[in-house]
Amino acid sequence: MEKFTTLQSRAIPLNIENVDTDQIIPARFLKATDRKGFGDNVFRDWRYHKDGSVNSDFVLNNSKYTGSILVAGDNFGCGSSREHAAWAITDFGFKVVVSSFFADIFKGNALNNGLLPVQVSEEFLKTLLTQIENHPETMIEVNLEDQTISAKDLDLSAHFDIDAYKKTCMINGYDDIDYLVNNIKLIEIFEAQKIY
Amino acid sequence: MIFNEDYRFCGRYMGKTLFDKVWDSHVVNTIENGPQILYIDQHLIHEVTSPQAFNELEDRGISVFRPDQIVATADHNTPTLDQDQPIKDELSRKQLEQLSENCKKNNITLYALGHKYNGIVHVMAPELGVTQPGMTMVCGDSHTSTHGAFGAIAFGIGTSQVAQVFASQCLLLTKPKSLRVTVNGKLKNGVLPKDVILYIISKLGTNSGTGYFCEYAGNVFEEMSMEGRMTVCNMSIEMGARGGMIAPDQTTFDFVEGREFAPKGEDFKKKVAYWKTLPTDKNAQFDKEYHFDAEDIEPMITYGTNPGMGIKISEFIPEVSDASFEKSLKYMNFKKGESLINKPINFVFIGSCTNSRIEDFRVAANYIKGKQKADNVTAWLVPGSKQVEAQIIEEGLKTVFEDAGFELRQPGCSACLAMNDDKIPQGEYCVSTSNRNFEGRQGQGSRTILASPLVAAATAIEGKIIDITKQLN
Repeated sequence: MEKFTTLQSRAIPLNIENVDTDQIIPARFLKATDRKGFGDNVFRDWRYHKDGSVNSDFVLNNSKYTGSILVAGDNFGCGSSREHAAWAITDFGFKVVVSSFFADIFKGNALNNGLLPVQVSEEFLKTLLTQIENHPETMIEVNLEDQTISAKDLDLSAHFDIDAYKKTCMINGYDDIDYLVNNIKLIEIFEAQKIY
Repeated sequence: MIFNEDYRFCGRYMGKTLFDKVWDSHVVNTIENGPQILYIDQHLIHEVTSPQAFNELEDRGISVFRPDQIVATADHNTPTLDQDQPIKDELSRKQLEQLSENCKKNNITLYALGHKYNGIVHVMAPELGVTQPGMTMVCGDSHTSTHGAFGAIAFGIGTSQVAQVFASQCLLLTKPKSLRVTVNGKLKNGVLPKDVILYIISKLGTNSGTGYFCEYAGNVFEEMSMEGRMTVCNMSIEMGARGGMIAPDQTTFDFVEGREFAPKGEDFKKKVAYWKTLPTDKNAQFDKEYHFDAEDIEPMITYGTNPGMGIKISEFIPEVSDASFEKSLKYMNFKKGESLINKPINFVFIGSCTNSRIEDFRVAANYIKGKQKADNVTAWLVPGSKQVEAQIIEEGLKTVFEDAGFELRQPGCSACLAMNDDKIPQGEYCVSTSNRNFEGRQGQGSRTILASPLVAAATAIEGKIIDITKQLN
């Protein structure tokens, strides 16, 4: 897993609530058997019309906006457990997703793929979205060590929470498999002594 | 005395919930200021979310730790016609071939397409007795919550976690908070388990359960069949809860007994004695509780693009001023304040891990018997498994369906997520017994209306949405 410490980038505002994983990557693109290439189809049915033409109204197709931070509405990543959603978002080039609320499974999937979910208050999210929409050139800094997200040169900053173990994993690029495999003896002892 | 949020785990003061009992007995170790190592008894896999996990293990040179605790099936992208023929779609075919290869290589039991036990993972595991009370179960599919109907902790995981369970039979997790939804009273005629859960989600919203594990309690769930309980627990994830559970009781034990993988003889008796200790203690505390009256629930229907956007079938679409709400109605081509009654419907789907068990088809057949499907309607009936399919034939329901002009297809996830050819065309409405009405879920541009098998059957007969309560009362 790639390490994550700090990131400075412009951000893309996706001002939609309840973005489900079927929108992030529709089911018809789940037939691949490796993790690569899903970025081509991220938000496929919002980015393109059914005839394949580009939907210029969609924010990812608006050249005003760029960057590796996605700022999205409340309850991001709800629905299906497909990790393909996290793969599609990272493959497209995002390293951080900001929202006021994340669905559980998506949040876990993101953390397991070096994609940092930054949960902020609804009020901060609203301010941030307005700032980016009005000033797309705004540089945002995400500092994992300090657990802060801020807009450079502006009085706009917030603290975010992250599980201490996951924070260490992200900073060092470790993942859970390493940890579990190192504990296999303990697991075998548990199996032998199971009480149920 | 100061109680912190963990006070409820102190046995001397407070009892334990069903969830606490199962979770706590599966904790291998706790990382200081971090997650716990949770042991997983049963791992279910399918073709879509497992290939990358097998690759991951191969890349790291790790072997599957406990292959005999994994059961595999092919369900998500399988065709529902001509299952004995080679699959036409090349990518689907490759995905199934890879599943077979991976299972063979790693000594994992696979119920491949065509096998008498093949079916949707959440239908076939319970009917084989793989699912049992008190277990921890996972699958790379969010509707794994279904198995909570047996008093198991069951939840969906991502593919990285599938690889973790392959490697260690464990997951690193932080214990979720607890939530209880209690429904007491007598359900009205024609109100099915699907209506109960759609009602709950419409009241609580799609993220009320995020961060929680939910227990369903009250006489409504106690009196439900296992099929009904599975329908309810299945949709726990649609209110954000990772899983839902119902206390195991005699109904549960009777369902499990005698099934292929269920414990037998003395073993079974011992297990039952243990399972009887699992229900939530009287003095246990939940982090959040909701209560509903069964009498308030009516046949439900959704009008929007998330499962929380549901109303009683006779109600009107609410007038909400909110950009996401309006975007949703625009997609569905519905207006605020309007009724869905008499909306013409051309597609009806009865199937999915929510409603594809024998009871669902009995309800539909009972309504359909002696009637004819409306000419404008394409009605697909997709059983959840080969065993359900066989039972439909054995009970004579197939004849009822075919006489009425319905098409009985072969088992699989089918039009619930439209990964195979079973797609609803652009702009068309589908009254569907599945679990998600997200944009394009049943095919690009399709518009899904979630309902019970009874409402779906009635829609197919009339060719439009009708107020089923008028026929029932």
